[in-house]
Amino acid sequence: MKHLLTPRAILLASALAIAPAAYAETPADTLVIAATIDDIISLDPAQTFEFSGNDVNRNTYDRLVDFDPLDMEAGFKPSLAESWEMSEDGMSITFTMREGVTFHSGNPVRAEDAAWSLQRVVKLNKTPAFILTQFGFTPENVEEKITFDGNKLTLNLDKAYAQSFILNCLTAMVASVVDKETVMANAEGEDFGNTWLNTNEAGSGAFELAAWRPNEAVQLIAYEDYWRGASEMKRVVVRNVPESSAQRLLLEQGDIDAARDLTPTDVEALSEAEGIKIQNEPRGRILYMGLNQKDELLSNPAVIEAMKYLVDYEGITNSFLKGMFVTHQSFLPQGYLGELKENPWTYDVEKAKQILADAGIEGGTVTTKIRDLREYIDVAQTLQGAMAEVGLTLEIEQMTGAQVLDAYRAREVPIFLGEWGPDYSDPNTNAATFAYNPDNSDEAKATGLLAWRNAYAVPTEMGEATEAATLEQDSEKRGQMYRDIQKQYQAEAPIIPLFQRIANTGLQENVQNWNTGGAVTSVMYHQVTKGE
Amino acid sequence: MIDTNTGGQGPIPPASAPDRRAARKRRLRSIAGTVLSLALTLLGLLLVTFIIGRVMPIDPVLKVVGDRATQAQYDAAYQAMGLDQPLVVQFFRYLTEVLTGDFGRSISTGQPVIEDIKRVFPATLELATLGTLIGVSIGVPLGVIAAARRGGIIDQVARVVALVGYSMPIFWLGLMGLLLFYGILGWVGGPGRQGIIYDGMVPHVTGMILVDSLIAGDWGAFRDAFSHIILPASLLGYFSLAYISRMTRSFMLEQLSAEYITTGRVKGLSERAVIWRHAFRNISIPLVTVIALSFGSLLEGSVLTEIIFSWPGLGQYITKTLLAGDMNAVLGGTVVVGTCFIGLNLLSDLLYRVLDPRSK
Repeated sequence: MKHLLTPRAILLASALAIAPAAYAETPADTLVIAATIDDIISLDPAQTFEFSGNDVNRNTYDRLVDFDPLDMEAGFKPSLAESWEMSEDGMSITFTMREGVTFHSGNPVRAEDAAWSLQRVVKLNKTPAFILTQFGFTPENVEEKITFDGNKLTLNLDKAYAQSFILNCLTAMVASVVDKETVMANAEGEDFGNTWLNTNEAGSGAFELAAWRPNEAVQLIAYEDYWRGASEMKRVVVRNVPESSAQRLLLEQGDIDAARDLTPTDVEALSEAEGIKIQNEPRGRILYMGLNQKDELLSNPAVIEAMKYLVDYEGITNSFLKGMFVTHQSFLPQGYLGELKENPWTYDVEKAKQILADAGIEGGTVTTKIRDLREYIDVAQTLQGAMAEVGLTLEIEQMTGAQVLDAYRAREVPIFLGEWGPDYSDPNTNAATFAYNPDNSDEAKATGLLAWRNAYAVPTEMGEATEAATLEQDSEKRGQMYRDIQKQYQAEAPIIPLFQRIANTGLQENVQNWNTGGAVTSVMYHQVTKGE
Repeated sequence: MIDTNTGGQGPIPPASAPDRRAARKRRLRSIAGTVLSLALTLLGLLLVTFIIGRVMPIDPVLKVVGDRATQAQYDAAYQAMGLDQPLVVQFFRYLTEVLTGDFGRSISTGQPVIEDIKRVFPATLELATLGTLIGVSIGVPLGVIAAARRGGIIDQVARVVALVGYSMPIFWLGLMGLLLFYGILGWVGGPGRQGIIYDGMVPHVTGMILVDSLIAGDWGAFRDAFSHIILPASLLGYFSLAYISRMTRSFMLEQLSAEYITTGRVKGLSERAVIWRHAFRNISIPLVTVIALSFGSLLEGSVLTEIIFSWPGLGQYITKTLLAGDMNAVLGGTVVVGTCFIGLNLLSDLLYRVLDPRSK
C-alpha cells in the first residue's frame, strides 16, 4: 500500500485524471456570469435592497411598469399593467392589468395579486418600503388606499404627485408583483410569506429561480410561458467570483460569458484580448465628499468653496479611477430626468488658496474616517496632498465600511468620502436625501438623509423646491426644477458630488444585447442572445 | 467485551471481577472526563467569541436593515434581534438555543446557520483533506530523506522548498498557479468547485463533490471536480508540506543521533532498516501531532486560497460574517472549528495508543 502513495504515483494519477477534461466555450443556450454576489441576504422583493438581490429579482419578477432593455431612453413602459389613467384631481391612478399573463406556478396574474403585493410591502415595512410609503400608505390605511376591482388596480395617494414620480417608483424591485396564492400557502404566522420568499421566488418574470447557494451561485431557468416570449437563454448561471483576476482568467478561457467586477487593470488587459469586448455603462452611484457642518472649520463657507477646487478630477479619473468613474459634479446621475451636464469645478490649488486667504483662514486640521476601500483611500490621499498645499492638514483613519457607516449615521465623520446609489429611477431619490432635511437637530435622527448625516441645514426654499418637484405633472418643467435645485446646490451645499460610477463588463464577442440596467435599474437577461 | 457478570454463574475467576469493574469504572471516568472537558472547552470558546463579537465596533443591525433604514425600522430590528437585553441574558438565550440544536439564522445569508455550515464545511473539508494528503505524502518522505542524507542535495532542495513555502505570499502563488496551469497550460479547471455544466447536477449526499460524484457513479463529474480541486489543494498541500517536511527532518535528526541507532548500525542493520524500522517508528508519535495540527489549521479554512479560487468554504464564511457582525454565523463556525480541533486531538490521542506500545 505504501508504494501506491509515492509522489510519482500521485503526479501520474493527477495527470491521468486531468488530461481528458476539455474546456470548451459555454453552451449556446446558457449565459454564464462571474460576479461578486455575496451581498444577497434576501430574495423577497419586499425586503431585498442589495445590488445582487435586485439583479435576481429583476429577472424573476415583473412589475406594473418596467424599463425596456432595448430602449432605455424611453423610460418606463407598460409591463403587467397595460395602461393607466390619472384621476382628474390627480389624487389617484388606475391601472388596467394585462390579460393572459401567468405566474411561474401557472396561476393567472390578477389585479388582486398586484394590490396584495404592494399592500404586503407596506405592512411588512422592511427597509425598501419607503419607496411606496412616501405616497401616504401606512400599514393601517393601505387596504383602503390600494384597491382592485376586476382587472383594475387603483392607488389612492395623499397628494397629487407627478405621474412620472409614481411610475418611476413602481419600476423599483420593491414593487414587484408576487403570486398571492403561492406565497400565502407558505406563510408562517403574520409574516406574509417573508421567511419563505427570502429563499424562494413566486414571480411571473422571464426566469424562474432554480437555485441560490449563498456566496456561491445563483441559477435561473427560462420561464417557457413568459408573456413576452421565452428567453433565448434557457439557463443563466451567476457564479460568485470575488477576485477580478480570476474573473478575467475565466473569461479568457471561455468558461464564462460575462465578467462583471473587473478592475481597471484587468479591463485594460482584456480590451486587447481577442474574442472579448468591454461594455461601459454609467451606473447610478455617485462618489461624493460630505463636509460635516458640525466641524467648525468645515462649516466655513470659504472652506466649502475651496474644497471644490482641491480635488484633482482629471488626474484621478485618468489614473487610479480610470474606467471606474467619470467626473460628475451634481447629485442626479447622468441618465436621470433633470440631470445636469455641466461640471463647474476644476483642480485649482491657487484659486483655493486665494479663497481661503480672502476669508482670512490660515490653516487647520481635520481628522476623518475613511472606508478601507482602495478607491476611497486613494481619493482621500490625493485630497490630503492638495489640502496640504493650502495649509490644511487632513489626517486619515482607515476603517471597515460598517464602522464608517456607523459613525456617519451618528454624524461623526468630518469629511466623508463614499458612494450613494439611487433607490429608484426618479430624480426625487437623490434630491430627497441630498437636498432635503426638514429638521437638522440631533434629536430628529433622520439617519437616512445624507444632508442630516452631514448636519447640513438645507435652506427652507431648497427643501420646498424639492417637495414641489414631486408634484409637477409636466415632465419638462419638472426636469428644469431639478436642474435649478442642483445649480443652487453646487453654489452653496457642503456635500460635493465628485464622480459617477461606470460599469465595465467583460463579454465574449458573441454575447449580444447585454444590459446591466444602466443608472436606473438592475441587470436584465431576457433580451440577451449569443451569436455564432 | 461487555462484562456479563451476574454473580456466580459461569466459571469466572473470583479475582477478576473487581478488577474488571475497576477497569470499567476507569474507562467510564475517562470518557466522562473527555466529554466534560469537551463541553467546557466549547463553552469557553463560545463565551470568548461571543464577547469579542459584542465588543467589536460593528453594528449587526445595520446589516439587517440596510443603510437607508429609518430610526423606527432600526429600533424594531434591534429589539427583534434581542440586542436590547443585557449581554448575560443574550448569551444564555443563545446557549439554550444551541443546546436544542438551533444555531439561529445568519444575517448575511438569510439562512439558518446550520444550513450554511452544511454547505460550506464540506467544501473546506474536501480541500483540506486533499491538501493534507498531498502535504503528508510528499513532506514526510522528503523530511526523512533530508535527515538521512543531511547536507546532501535532497536536503538542500527540501530546505529551499520549505523556505519558499514559508515565505511566498499564498495570494501571489495562487494567482500564478491559476495563470500557468489554468490560463496558459489548460491542465486544470478554473476558479470554483465545478465546471458550469456539472453545477448542481450531482445529488447532495456528503456535500463533498468528489465523494458525492463517486457515490452517484458520475465519472465525468468526478473528473471535473478533481480538475478544479487539484490546484488549490496542491497549493495548500505545498504549505503543509513545507511545515511537515521541516518538522519530520528535525525529529529524524534527533533520533538518528541517539545511541540505539548507533547500536543498530554497529550490529550491522541495513541503513534502510535503521531509518524506517527504528528511527521513523519513533518519530511517528510527534509526527501525528504535527499532521493533526496542520490539518486542523487547513480546516479553519484558508481565506485567501478560498477567495482566489472562488471556493465557498468555511474560511470565507467566517471572515465575511465576522466583518458583518453576524454573530450567529461566527459562533456556529467557531463551534465547528473548535469541535474539529478537539476531535483531531482525541484522534491523535487514540493514535498514540496504537502507535506507542507503552500506553497500552
